[in-house]
Amino acid sequence: MSGSEEATADPLVDIADLEVGFGETTVLDGVDAEIDRGTFVGLVGPNGAGKTTLLRTINGTLTPDSGVVAVDGQRIQGLSSKAASRLVATVPQNTAVAFEFDVRTVVEMGRNPHRSRFGGWSDPDGEAVERAFEWTETGEFADRSVSTLSGGERQRVLLARALAQESPLLLLDEPTASLDINHQVRTLELVRSLVSRGKTAVAAIHDLNLAAQYCDELLLLADGECAAFGPPESVLTENSLGDAFGANAVVSRHPITGSVYVTALPEGRRKTGRRTAGRVHVVGGGGTAARYLYVLDAAGYEVSTGALNEGDTDAEAARSLALDVVTVDPFAGVDDDTRESVERRVDAADCTLVADVEVGTGNLPNLRAATRADKVVLVEERPFAERNYVGNEARHVYESLRSRATVVDPSDVPSAVARAVEDGVAEGESVTGSE
Amino acid sequence: MRYGTYRGVIAIATSIYLIQLRLGITVTVRARAAAWSLVLTAVLAATVVASAGVGPVSIPAAAVAKVLLSAGPSPLFLDRTVAETTRLIVLNIRLPRIVLASLVGFALATAGAVMQGFFRNPMADPSIVGVSSGAAVGAVATIVLPFAFPFGLELQGAAFLSAVITAFAVYLIATEDGRTPTATLLLAGVAVQTFLGAIISLLLLHSGQSIRRVVYWLMGHLGGTTWAEVRVIALVLPPLFLLLLAYARDLNVLLLGEEDAHALGIEVERTKRLLLAASSVVTAAAVAVTGVIGFVGLIVPHGMRLLVGPDHRILLPTSALAGASFLVATDTLARSGPAEIPVGIVTAALGAPFFLYLLRSREVTGL
Repeated sequence: MSGSEEATADPLVDIADLEVGFGETTVLDGVDAEIDRGTFVGLVGPNGAGKTTLLRTINGTLTPDSGVVAVDGQRIQGLSSKAASRLVATVPQNTAVAFEFDVRTVVEMGRNPHRSRFGGWSDPDGEAVERAFEWTETGEFADRSVSTLSGGERQRVLLARALAQESPLLLLDEPTASLDINHQVRTLELVRSLVSRGKTAVAAIHDLNLAAQYCDELLLLADGECAAFGPPESVLTENSLGDAFGANAVVSRHPITGSVYVTALPEGRRKTGRRTAGRVHVVGGGGTAARYLYVLDAAGYEVSTGALNEGDTDAEAARSLALDVVTVDPFAGVDDDTRESVERRVDAADCTLVADVEVGTGNLPNLRAATRADKVVLVEERPFAERNYVGNEARHVYESLRSRATVVDPSDVPSAVARAVEDGVAEGESVTGSE
Repeated sequence: MRYGTYRGVIAIATSIYLIQLRLGITVTVRARAAAWSLVLTAVLAATVVASAGVGPVSIPAAAVAKVLLSAGPSPLFLDRTVAETTRLIVLNIRLPRIVLASLVGFALATAGAVMQGFFRNPMADPSIVGVSSGAAVGAVATIVLPFAFPFGLELQGAAFLSAVITAFAVYLIATEDGRTPTATLLLAGVAVQTFLGAIISLLLLHSGQSIRRVVYWLMGHLGGTTWAEVRVIALVLPPLFLLLLAYARDLNVLLLGEEDAHALGIEVERTKRLLLAASSVVTAAAVAVTGVIGFVGLIVPHGMRLLVGPDHRILLPTSALAGASFLVATDTLARSGPAEIPVGIVTAALGAPFFLYLLRSREVTGL
């Protein structure tokens, strides 16, 4: 973690045995955590776990029933709002602003904690505002009314307002909740860059995969307690997610970013003893299928894959999962024997999954073999033309495959495979019945 | 005394600029606030001069200006060419009423701007926490009930007291564990207003001979004003206005929502208490003297917000000055017809259509 060497002795935020409730209901029931300086901590957990309540207690909006929140060695609950807002800045989830303030006025409000009632607007005030504009790239709409901005722009303005507070700690409540994927990534990249400039950030984040990708540490809240706290790979485990979310989740590594990747499975698809959920053959290569191999295996399917070059990422993944994998030597191409063994596996499978794979002369036979399958699920992240190195021949094969296939996004693979397998089994039974 | 009051008005206008210099407003905001205030002060001066010329005896503007400038213990300008009767009409008959109108307009518009910001609702006005109904009960009871109030408390005092007590009661009803949610405050205000309305109706039924006086008071009127009646509001208004102006920045931050305001270092509940108390007293001081004058506190801040934007550092002084001009102008209309009518009728008759126009031509935010 960045800055962990200097931070161990002196955490910025110290939360000790925190209990917070509303009337009869207890929301937080004994939360302990120390947040180091210069880290980006993601607050994750199911709905109602108390993420927002924890943030509102850290910034002093809520008073805990017992326990302490200290920021930079000072108890937040003992401070005036002004003193607290010099230590903690909050970016709210709801970014709507009722009256038509211009952007500059809103960002300047971030200086309120540093100004006395009759004190003038000082040079440090101006510098802090300009810096906030620069870091969030919001200077371009400084003179526009906040109500004319899009959701993503408004969020950056409120982040600029929080930066103008010049507090060491930055809290963000669901900063990605109402944004499209592009703005979600931009927002988290921005927070990441602020952390590298020395801020400490705590953000409630719904999307576990985004949280894992951008945060140094995750704090998993469940049933009002801190269920796990540490680096994403130690927090996001199948057991902890099962306990916290009651969900059927599979944890793997994202093939491209390398961060922990969580996939939720449909109900009842978890591996159960010897009974298999069905057979699936996966056409992949170059790491495009590793995630699906893992997810489908965990979901209880009997998974085969190939043909793959020896040493290919997907081949390694299949080996580590002890799957049935057909391999060839690198650059050898698929010979007749190999082709037949791939075709046998496609024929035996209830469903064939084709990953977003690049196609060359070496693996075109895999694609051709897939056309034999009754049920095909096709993952398409990029248009085929961008990953076709063979030309028209491959295009014809792909199009005939695509015309019969279920085309899905990566996240929909488990459910699409589950449907295809069920349909395949049902059809198989009806054929048997008519004979 | 009378000249002192008159100079007090000028003192308020001047202090607006001075306090803005002290408040540390960024150059552009300060410049905009000063420019708008300057323009609106000029409008107010012109309205006052024009209004003082209107009446059964018509007086040219130049003569009014000469009288005004040569008045006071240390006149700016000495001119003995104006007839003594003209001087008396302007200074003793028309000016008290005009000064009262401008002070009341100033007060109602200030309180309206604060309430709209406080409730984050452009439809709020000073009577929303029951101040006007409270004043009405006190005033009507004084007129109707057969016993005299002790300690020489007269109509104004009774109205003022019952207005402040009502606002405080509404605040207490809406407060729990030291927190006063604005939605609860609003609903408590509506309920208390309805209750007091019932009491007023009951008193009206038994008002007998004095019904005309009661109805006149309820409609809001400025007739028969003397310098003595100007005194209370002239004393109460300036310090409270300066206090509210000093909280203009806090009001801006409160507009973002209470949770955001807290995160930006505002002591939310304490600030709300102070704003509510100050604007209630300002409103009470106005309605106690003149009766219920509606729409000024709603229309003027709303209209000014369309012109100058939501920033209270500009909105408060401009609304106050525009409110003063508005009430002087509407009161001039009210007394220039063949028979004088209560000014509340004129403000409502002009204000409501204007408000409907705003409603249709621009979407009203919030609510």
